[in-house]
Amino acid sequence: MAIERFPVEASHILMFARAVGDANPIYSDAEYAAGTEVGGIIAPPTFAQSSAQFDPNYFLRPKIGQPWFGSGREPSGITREKKEGESSGAASGGLHAEQHFTYHRQLRPGDVLTGTELPGTTWEKEGKRSGKLVFTETITEYRDQNGELVITARGVGVRTERVIES
Amino acid sequence: MALSASKIKVGDTYSEQVVDNLSRTQIVQYAGASGDYNPIHTDEIWATKVAGYPTVFAHGMLTMGLTGKAVTNFVGDGRLTNYGVRFVRQVWPGDTLTTAIEVSAVRAEGADTVADVTITTTNQNGEAVLTGSATARLDP
Repeated sequence: MAIERFPVEASHILMFARAVGDANPIYSDAEYAAGTEVGGIIAPPTFAQSSAQFDPNYFLRPKIGQPWFGSGREPSGITREKKEGESSGAASGGLHAEQHFTYHRQLRPGDVLTGTELPGTTWEKEGKRSGKLVFTETITEYRDQNGELVITARGVGVRTERVIES
Repeated sequence: MALSASKIKVGDTYSEQVVDNLSRTQIVQYAGASGDYNPIHTDEIWATKVAGYPTVFAHGMLTMGLTGKAVTNFVGDGRLTNYGVRFVRQVWPGDTLTTAIEVSAVRAEGADTVADVTITTTNQNGEAVLTGSATARLDP
């Protein structure tokens, strides 16, 4: 996953904060935020995950003019696997096992980030309920318009042999 | 308000209900905001008939986001230097989640004093759905 341009915008931060049920005005009210220690609107701690919106090849977003694997006339629009060159972050076709963020500074509206994926490791484990588990780590460095590191994200995705129901 | 190193101590706790009766609509809202439109989270027909789950379930990142609200309510805005979690159980529509935070260390990091906290988010049955940790800068 390479993200060439992830513009951080106040309206996106507002929508993201609403989605995680956080009414803190630091995410939506510029006037309030100006009078706080941080001095302006900042992004919630997990906001960097919405870089998926700006990843042109993100597997889990319907693309205009292309079939989508969710239901339509049939329970699945298409049956397909992830294609070569497509990206889907840490949880591709499987489940999200872990997510870690290191914050080098606060993310603010007006920042324009790039995201660079670094090689992570892969390991296997035998699960009681799910059969063999294959874990894949993805590390993404988000840098700002000045090339400074803002957030380092480490995701771990897991693929299971069987569906886990609880 | 940020935490102060002179007032905080190891073993201090904080707890907050972060969602009550999670709706499918909130999961859709999170899909729209985050850009993760995996139908396993939002498409009941696909989740049950194709993927074989009993119903749709929340993005792990929605649970991490909900939990993050409790974390920042405790440590203050703009204070986190690390926040990491493990998703240990799925979160389903109708779940009510509560986050419990405990201070595990207060220590120096460079010129700053920081607190390490452990984080557990549980569902209405008392089952952990997320475990994790965070580090936050403290006031002197």
